[in-house]
Amino acid sequence: MIRDITIGQYYPVDSILHRMDPRLKLNGTLLFIISIFLFDTFYGYIAITMFMISIIKLSKVPFKFILRGLKAIVVILIFTMTFNLFLTQGDILIRLGFLKITKQGLHSSIFMGLRLSYLILGSSLMTFTTTPNQLTDGLERLLWPLRRIKVPVHEIAMMMSIALRFIPILLEETDKIMKAQMARGADFESGGVVKRAKGLVPLLVPLFVSAFRRANDLAMAMEARCYRGGEGRTKMKPLHYSRRDMVAYIILLSYFALVIIISIYEKYLPYFSL
Amino acid sequence: MQIVFDHVDYLYSGGTSFEKHALRDISFKIEKGEFIGLIGHTGSGKSTLIQHMNGLIKATNGKIYYNGEDIYDKNYNMSQLRSKVGLVFQYPEHQLFETTVYKDVYFGPKNLGLDKLEADLRTYEALKMVGIGEELLDASPFELSGGQKRRVAIAGILAMRPEVLVLDEPTAGLDPRGRDEILDQIAMLHKESKITIILVTHSMEDVANYVDRILVMNNGSLAMDQETRSVFSRYKELEEIHLAAPQVTYVMNTLKEKGFPVNTDVTTVTEAKNEITRVLKII
Repeated sequence: MIRDITIGQYYPVDSILHRMDPRLKLNGTLLFIISIFLFDTFYGYIAITMFMISIIKLSKVPFKFILRGLKAIVVILIFTMTFNLFLTQGDILIRLGFLKITKQGLHSSIFMGLRLSYLILGSSLMTFTTTPNQLTDGLERLLWPLRRIKVPVHEIAMMMSIALRFIPILLEETDKIMKAQMARGADFESGGVVKRAKGLVPLLVPLFVSAFRRANDLAMAMEARCYRGGEGRTKMKPLHYSRRDMVAYIILLSYFALVIIISIYEKYLPYFSL
Repeated sequence: MQIVFDHVDYLYSGGTSFEKHALRDISFKIEKGEFIGLIGHTGSGKSTLIQHMNGLIKATNGKIYYNGEDIYDKNYNMSQLRSKVGLVFQYPEHQLFETTVYKDVYFGPKNLGLDKLEADLRTYEALKMVGIGEELLDASPFELSGGQKRRVAIAGILAMRPEVLVLDEPTAGLDPRGRDEILDQIAMLHKESKITIILVTHSMEDVANYVDRILVMNNGSLAMDQETRSVFSRYKELEEIHLAAPQVTYVMNTLKEKGFPVNTDVTTVTEAKNEITRVLKII
């Protein structure tokens, strides 16, 4: 049950995307997200879709596995799409009693659905191909200039990497405690809201106790290895852009330029209406 | 036959690159009242196997029978199975959550839907069985020592009066004295209440003194299923799967190689001592 959550998970295969610099992937994801939210033209989305498909192919992560990430937002997706479909004003296409579907509604419903799914697919593709450590390393380096205005960049990155590292551990722990309590006849599935909430006590108390125990152990272990914050700390594997990363930046920027050009000149292309 | 595993397979995360064959074609039978050791290297599938016994994990393929009934039958009462097959997880003290020792042990019987008197009775009985004195009943379980916590957690399962008790590494992380206490108490339970006991461990020394029969797991498959002595006599094979026979087995075998006519068929230190003195008297 808990194992089905794929968002934020790392998928260990060896691909070009896995080997790229995490800073590149962070910037790339940001650019990709900007591109899906800036433009809502048909031709623009063909370019965006092609770009995403080729990135997915490059990542060597099975498409089926990536799609599983969408499961988590299915409800939000259906909600947004339905509301957009029925509540947008404009030229009426079909009338169903008091409900009406407009041309504009259909258009924004489809693009909203695509945007949300692409948002999840794009960002989960980053976590699939980047280990949590690389991710926080990349983030730390990207945010480093903010130190000037007293942002505790190192601490934020350290907290993030610890938090990410502990997600699978705590999930596993939850699974284990749940099973242990089920073996004692605990029931997490049936009953009303109050009964269910009460039923969570045997799960949450041990989980908190174990989280504090782990936090204690980790703090002790870090101090035993002389951790004293980011000041003067060096890296065993400092990040370096390779020639491949530079090529990737060029591709990324040309993709972005292409999407911009398409959306500016869309009106000169053959008109396509949904 | 109380528990029957019929060609059980279990696959983790099928269809992805995390796919792992945790159990392969496992078949065995367990009779009522047996005392069984389940042994295997870390990651050999022991813990996965025992979670099948009370239906916490569903087998990908194959069937499991409890007292002759198919537990995957859709009319089968799974919650009843969970009360019959008591499963004590690794580090069971991590599941304690109540404010007092008594309340924590009471959790199991309460979930069975027993009336208060019966549940109280079982709770007292279980705490007595594991040797927790009355002065600790109102203490917080988080204030106890490691060994005491573990015994309280085991009592939590015993209070449900299971017919089969499965213990996953009940001695992990305990000092030698705590270890012996727990194992002796389990042996006593087996002797007095005649319940079936399955002891999961990776240490042969732990089980040599107690169990009648050993199941050896390797890489998700059942490598051996024999009575204790026969398993130890195959100590060379055990080493190949990163296990070891008890030290006395090695002592006796080395003595035999050096020309002493000892019987290598002993499993405990006491038996070995008697055997060596017997042979020394003859010489």
